[in-house]
Amino acid sequence: MCQNGALTLLLPSVGKPYPRRVLPCRLSQRYPFGSTLRLFGALIVRDAEYHAIVKDTITMEEAFVQTKFRFRRLSEDSLSVCLSGRWTLGEEVPTAEKLERRVDAEPGVRRVTFDTAELSGWDSTLLTFLLGLCHNLTKKGIQLEGEGLPDGARRLLKLATAVPERAGARKAFKREPFFAMVGGSAIRFYRSLVEMLDFLGQSTVALLRFLAGKAAFRRSDLSLLLQECGSQALPIVSLISLLVGLILGFVGAIQLRMFGAEIFVADIVAIAMVRVMGAIMTGIIMAGRTGAAFAAQIGTMQVNEEIDAMKTLGISPVEFLVLPRMLALIVMMPLLCVYADLMGILGGVLVGVVMLGLNPMEYMNRTQEALTLTTFGIGIFHGAVFGVLVAMAGCLRGMQCGRSASDVGYAATSAVVTSIIAIILATAIITFMCEVLGI
Amino acid sequence: MTPVPEIMVKDLDMGYGDFVLMRDLNFTVRRGDIFVVMGGSGCGKSTLLKILVGLKEPSQGQVFYGDVSFWEIDPQDREQMMSRFGILYQSGALWSSMTLAENVALPLEQYTTLQPKQIREIVSLKLALVGLAGFEDFYPSEISGGMRKRAGLARAMALDPDILFFDEPSAGLDPVSAKMLDDLILELRESLGSTVVVVTHELASIFAIATNSVYLDVETRTMTAMGNPKKLRDESPNPNVHKFLTRGEG
Repeated sequence: MCQNGALTLLLPSVGKPYPRRVLPCRLSQRYPFGSTLRLFGALIVRDAEYHAIVKDTITMEEAFVQTKFRFRRLSEDSLSVCLSGRWTLGEEVPTAEKLERRVDAEPGVRRVTFDTAELSGWDSTLLTFLLGLCHNLTKKGIQLEGEGLPDGARRLLKLATAVPERAGARKAFKREPFFAMVGGSAIRFYRSLVEMLDFLGQSTVALLRFLAGKAAFRRSDLSLLLQECGSQALPIVSLISLLVGLILGFVGAIQLRMFGAEIFVADIVAIAMVRVMGAIMTGIIMAGRTGAAFAAQIGTMQVNEEIDAMKTLGISPVEFLVLPRMLALIVMMPLLCVYADLMGILGGVLVGVVMLGLNPMEYMNRTQEALTLTTFGIGIFHGAVFGVLVAMAGCLRGMQCGRSASDVGYAATSAVVTSIIAIILATAIITFMCEVLGI
Repeated sequence: MTPVPEIMVKDLDMGYGDFVLMRDLNFTVRRGDIFVVMGGSGCGKSTLLKILVGLKEPSQGQVFYGDVSFWEIDPQDREQMMSRFGILYQSGALWSSMTLAENVALPLEQYTTLQPKQIREIVSLKLALVGLAGFEDFYPSEISGGMRKRAGLARAMALDPDILFFDEPSAGLDPVSAKMLDDLILELRESLGSTVVVVTHELASIFAIATNSVYLDVETRTMTAMGNPKKLRDESPNPNVHKFLTRGEG
């Protein structure tokens, strides 16, 4: 028979349940109440505790739990929880539910106290455990007394529970009904359309005021923007346009070679580039390069409340920020288009001369014959329209930007997407109109 | 018991390129101190903080944590040390695309092997400690400046750091919120026993929380006083220090 106060040695058997029967080894020496000894990984517990808690079978998990907490019945309604070992981040510790289950198993407990004499370290791990326990046991009407806890832990628990959760603060995630989603999307689309029209109106007014010489913006800003949108864009426009010219030349050459009409590569490249491709490629480049930059610049100004500051000073952000950007692109886009056309034709020349063995002069003469002033004019018109669209999309998304860093990123992305969609739509409309007008 | 030196700054010069902002900085922050770096605007307080936390290399001199020379060890070891720091930036510096819970959870996900449930519990605890219980799913843009700062503190405490750094904690806060934050700093120091380094020029905060301080003088470009700020206010022979600590009224 076990005598109260005698000690029992539990040997660990890794990966298996603890021995079903307690090791016959009995240590007769008396040990201070509540203490736990570990010898080479073995656990020594008091007999009384062993029989009270472990009963006949003890699993590895339960033995592990015992290394972290044990119980002592203080009176009929109170229970002391002896916490031991390290309760720190990275240490394996039992959950509050485990202790709660043990408390449930003890009849008549109304009060739980703590004994942390054997606690060798603690941090947030212990606090989350205690907070969870406090939450669960309080609901069952069991009172938790923290006197035995480390001073710092007690203070932090007090601090954590000092400010009760604000009623309604927690967000409830509920699935929106299908029709509500459709309705919500329609309302958002309508609002964005109104915003876009409003912005379009304001920009038109600003442009008219500029033509009337009344617009207020800094001329130095415009010069800087002209430089940014113009000369600084030349390298990327050169590369892309040259390659597009090469591609058009290659594709055309493969087909035309079958009919022995290689010389018409010059027509394909010249008309395609000058009429529409030069403008489209320049528009897409400017959407990715300049439109996104406009959105990010104005968006960041929105985040930093710089636009609010302008408004309060009576300065129109549309005139001060949008107008110079729009003007810069309206002026520079047609010029960039002409440049892109030239580079594209140069790409075609390379294909014609190197791949097809055409005479350069012959190629240039053919190009000259293929091009008309109308074709050139349509290309320039495309460029000017794309300039307005890219500037408007960039500035609109910038002005609509929220107040955080992620909103700036979203504004830049949205500006590029809007610009490209607008460019493709505008191309379709212009092409259709040209068809109707017979040009 | 003699307090163990936690942070020691030795012959430190700092600046940008050829421009020397401060030179010959020498001070020690004892374990458990609330150490305030004070000085006028533009004196280099925030630059010093960046050097202490590993964001900017000093022009010259050393920073010791215990007996480890912070800027002479391997960058990887330095990064490991940096994970033991908790830093509250002036604006909170919360990641705007993440909720408050995700902001606080990220360091735990990066540096621990805790299960998601444990991380959620710790996140809730940290937010509760700063009085933001229930605000887990809010984005930084949906809460006030004071709340953002408290959420930033919750993130700074995520890994139970040994040292907490605060850059202008009271800036932009109303007096009541500023006082609450000061109390929170004091409480955290008391409860966790952490060392706290605060960069500020808010006198009310300085006198309320500091156990020790250093004054960076923008005119002489070096530190001209060190000690308890109340003592410095009453006893410092340096007119600039006295003027700073009495708002120029003394």
